[in-house]
Amino acid sequence: MRTLRLIRAGFVANLKMLGTSSFFLLTSTVQPVIFATIAFYMFRTGGRSGTLLYAALGAGMMGIWSTTLFASGGMIQWQRWQGTLELGVAAPAPLPLVYFPFSLANTVTGAYALAATLVWGRILFGVPLHLVHPWLFFLALPATLLSLGLFGLLLGSSFILYRHANALANLLEYPVWIASGLIFSLSVLPGWSRPISWILPPTWGARALRDAAIGGAVWGPLGMTLLLGLASIGASAISLGWFERRARRDATLSLT
Amino acid sequence: MRGVSFAVERGELFGLLGPNGAGKTTTIKMLITLLLPTSGQARVLGHDVVSDAREVRKRIGYVFGGDRGLYERLSALDNLRYFAELYGVSGRDQRRRIDEVLELVGLKGRERERVEGYSRGMRQRLHIARGILHDPEVVFLDEPTIGVDPVGARELRALMANLIATGKTVLLTTHYMFEADELCDRIAVIAHGRIVGHGTPAELKAGVADGRVTEIEVFGIDDPVLDRLRAVEGVTAVVVEDRDQKQLLVVQSTGDRELTHELLGRLDGVSVGRVASREPTLEDAYVALVTE
Repeated sequence: MRTLRLIRAGFVANLKMLGTSSFFLLTSTVQPVIFATIAFYMFRTGGRSGTLLYAALGAGMMGIWSTTLFASGGMIQWQRWQGTLELGVAAPAPLPLVYFPFSLANTVTGAYALAATLVWGRILFGVPLHLVHPWLFFLALPATLLSLGLFGLLLGSSFILYRHANALANLLEYPVWIASGLIFSLSVLPGWSRPISWILPPTWGARALRDAAIGGAVWGPLGMTLLLGLASIGASAISLGWFERRARRDATLSLT
Repeated sequence: MRGVSFAVERGELFGLLGPNGAGKTTTIKMLITLLLPTSGQARVLGHDVVSDAREVRKRIGYVFGGDRGLYERLSALDNLRYFAELYGVSGRDQRRRIDEVLELVGLKGRERERVEGYSRGMRQRLHIARGILHDPEVVFLDEPTIGVDPVGARELRALMANLIATGKTVLLTTHYMFEADELCDRIAVIAHGRIVGHGTPAELKAGVADGRVTEIEVFGIDDPVLDRLRAVEGVTAVVVEDRDQKQLLVVQSTGDRELTHELLGRLDGVSVGRVASREPTLEDAYVALVTE
């Protein structure tokens, strides 16, 4: 119960902070529209019928991934800049539990990207919003967000270990779009890249959402999405534990 | 830190004084589990700060001076709600406790405003509210009045005295000697990572009580002249404080011997203003300790 209360408190606090960041609001509003427009024109030019919803969902996932990567990847560094990292570390609550709610809030705001893309696609390009398995779609959506929230915690806890994490974040945006097959099928990628695709939660989240929307076996991708989320918890705990010990030893928790 | 050792009694307000870089904040950060000591042992309420960090964290609160360490875009109330959950304050007690600390630090009525609009003094009061929100047994205050205006600083000192009245144990670091003199039951002075003096403020002052302090206003003094003053027999410390266009030379000496004439004689070529002789204060005791 106490854990859930802490998750809720961190989640609400971060949502309120994101809601007052004009930069975040602007990029969250404009970016999905751009992604959606590019994806729709690509698919329309390809002339394949019945793929517009596929494109819309992929473009939406691109937005969710971008939000997760930049907001959660830089989350712990941001806490250090504003002097609140020491407060999180010195609190009795376990460190993964302190920062998971922040990551989850980042990812959930990314869900707006998905909604905006679908609405934009419907209005401008006439994308049909008919879902083959509506209930499974609305099960796959929170599962995907949860998994990406946990993956965001792993990114944040890993990036904090590297001085040039911002450059790393910029580097990872497009490759993950490609490796996760967000706007095309993974079958067009070379065979050696498959294992990379398999360990990325966006790959399975996007598949689960598409299978629920267009038709397909939802449960497999859904299970993999959740499994990778669980694996992210373990990896984050190890990474954060390592970071905490190193930062306490080297006095790098604060900038002063 | 090298061989620093001290014990703080329950219900005591213990001061840690020292110049910049002496190791005060390092000591506090080791005690609140934010730094790992390379050797030695430290315990808070019987719990080891390395092997039992979580138990220590549950029982302590800490406040650092300065602007940072709060969620700027949130209101004071939202900050406190979040930190209440972080420190495991139960839902039943949360509202009451937040009201109590807001009342105590004088932020009641301003709690719904965003922190980014707060003055330095208000932020500092919010820091204290956050630090005591979970009703810790021990509170660490690291330069809590730094950068706060005189009226605000006085209010904060009253607040610190109030913490002791409510049964808390407080470890305070400060650069302001009058603050330490007014608040602390006992003081340890740290310089170059070592404790160079400890005792009650009265005991520390007694250490320089048999001496004199001569203050001389000067204009443009240089190191060779200072060395000439230090060479005067009986002089124990010479400190220069910048005061706008001029400087204040504070010369400490032992015994009752009147040194004013001799000191002025060695200020050959230096413009001299007001000259005064007075009894030593805690600040003089501190200066004598850290310049030894």
